[in-house]
Amino acid sequence: MTARHAMLAILLAALATLPQVVAPYFMHLLIQILLWGFVYTSWSIMGRFGFVSLGHGAFMGVGAYVPALLWNYFGVTPWIGIPLGISLAVVLALVIGYPCFRLKVVGHYFALVTLALGQVVMLSIVAARDVTGGSLGFTPKAVGYSWFALQFPQKVYFYVIALALWFGGLAVWYWVDRGIGREALDAISEDEEAAATIGINVIREKLRVTVISAALTALGGAIYGQYMMYLNPETVSGIAVSLQIVFAAIVGGTYTALGPTVGALLTISLNEGLRVAFGTNFIGAANTIYGVLLVLFIIFMPRGIVGMIEDATKRGWRIKPL
Amino acid sequence: MDIYLLEAILNGILLGGVLALLALGLNLIFGVIDVVWIAYADLVMCGMYLIYYLYAEFNWPFLLACVAAIAFVGVLGILVHVMIIAPILGTAPINQLLATGGLLFFLQSFATLLFGTDFRNIGVRLPIIRFDSIYISSARLLAFTVAVAGAVALYFFLKRTFVGTAIRAIAQDRDIVGLMGVDQRHIYLVTSAIGGALAGLAACLLILQYDVHPFIGNTFGPLIFMICVLGGLGDMIGGFVAAFLMSQIIAIGGYYFSTELSYVFAFTFFIVLMFLRPHGVLSR
Repeated sequence: MTARHAMLAILLAALATLPQVVAPYFMHLLIQILLWGFVYTSWSIMGRFGFVSLGHGAFMGVGAYVPALLWNYFGVTPWIGIPLGISLAVVLALVIGYPCFRLKVVGHYFALVTLALGQVVMLSIVAARDVTGGSLGFTPKAVGYSWFALQFPQKVYFYVIALALWFGGLAVWYWVDRGIGREALDAISEDEEAAATIGINVIREKLRVTVISAALTALGGAIYGQYMMYLNPETVSGIAVSLQIVFAAIVGGTYTALGPTVGALLTISLNEGLRVAFGTNFIGAANTIYGVLLVLFIIFMPRGIVGMIEDATKRGWRIKPL
Repeated sequence: MDIYLLEAILNGILLGGVLALLALGLNLIFGVIDVVWIAYADLVMCGMYLIYYLYAEFNWPFLLACVAAIAFVGVLGILVHVMIIAPILGTAPINQLLATGGLLFFLQSFATLLFGTDFRNIGVRLPIIRFDSIYISSARLLAFTVAVAGAVALYFFLKRTFVGTAIRAIAQDRDIVGLMGVDQRHIYLVTSAIGGALAGLAACLLILQYDVHPFIGNTFGPLIFMICVLGGLGDMIGGFVAAFLMSQIIAIGGYYFSTELSYVFAFTFFIVLMFLRPHGVLSR
């Protein structure tokens, strides 16, 4: 057992004991950080290879709305609803992904196609307002403590679920990172044509990470919906969420496992910190600072915070001139 | 033909004018600097706020406020290029897109911080023109006319002046242009200023029709990227065709179904067309 494993064990033990000592408000923040961290990690599974999707809100929205709608209208348990939502997100990913990869829609163009996808899902939810409640949002029927409905008034249940989810997300990240397709994906992100000429099945490799990423994002959306017990098309899908996902992952560091989580930690604590410090008089203050940070990050440290730290440790903490 | 449908189609054409103007500005920047300014619609929002304050709060004449807005957003365009795009011009294009996405967050939240989330209206209501039982908003007609005039002026600028020719040349091959004695950095600045000024002009036209609020950019921002890409890079006529196609889908879809659903159709149309004609509607 290496020092790294020991660190991990200590971290997990600390995270497991937290519910005993922490106030409900911080518990709520922790759950948010873990859930969003999971979603950001899911995005980065494909984002790190340069397949920048600006439409992950689509997958999150589908993942969140499908189980909630099925539960309210047909009484279908989320245990079935969530897999159905994930399946729909995967179908969506395939329908968009396959032609994109087949026709070599990359870079800007891929980003804009996925952006359009996010808008399509968001606006469809708003348009179907008779069923989904439109912009007013949607509240799943509450039944109190129930495993069948996957609803728990006590935060500790969702803390454990979010922790498991987040850990699972990291595991998938490592699985992709260590997997045989990793080298192929790196090659594709460098030069698709060249990758194809050495026998890499470009379309299949790209579709594989896209589907994994979409499925996990949908799962994150579903659990987020179960936890919040309120869904709004603006907060679970559309351009705002999609950009939030991309940027938090970038700030934390897209190319490292813990980067997106650090992004979630940073953005949520910044938001809450400023909210507590300034009250509601300064709505927008947090995002103003966040926006400036984003621009600075992309210009000066595109590898994100964790990436920067890793670089620094490798160089023995010497600051390299830019 | 149904009179209301005809009205919807006419209004769609008029909306298309302003969208075409915006897509033109974006297309210029996209074609010349090869950058997508995700925050382009939010620059329009800045212009709209400036006009609102100059006109409604400081009682400037409307036209003067418009001129100020065009100049202001033009300068903003230069600032965006110098401060955000220029430092990362050599990196992956997606980074530049994401950096202007950060700008989008900044502009929207800074506007929220400064002005709050209230919807503000300059209180000018132009008369409705009645044309044989079809009602047309004259604000839209004016917007359409000015937008088309602006596009034509830009067309002649690009075709007839040296700087315009250099801009078109750089869109074709950025490396060779340098060898021909054109300073790319200078052209980039001019292009950014023109792109910004076009956003300012659009702000003047949109403030007559819509209330300004910090998130107004989100309502038409995605649409103009789609139009810009649909039209094809550097293809001004294609951009116009795409703008009118999209605005018709929105107008007719809105007539038969609902506004949101019409946007769903427009975005789906974009996705499908990207697969069928990746180089623009008019490409062959």
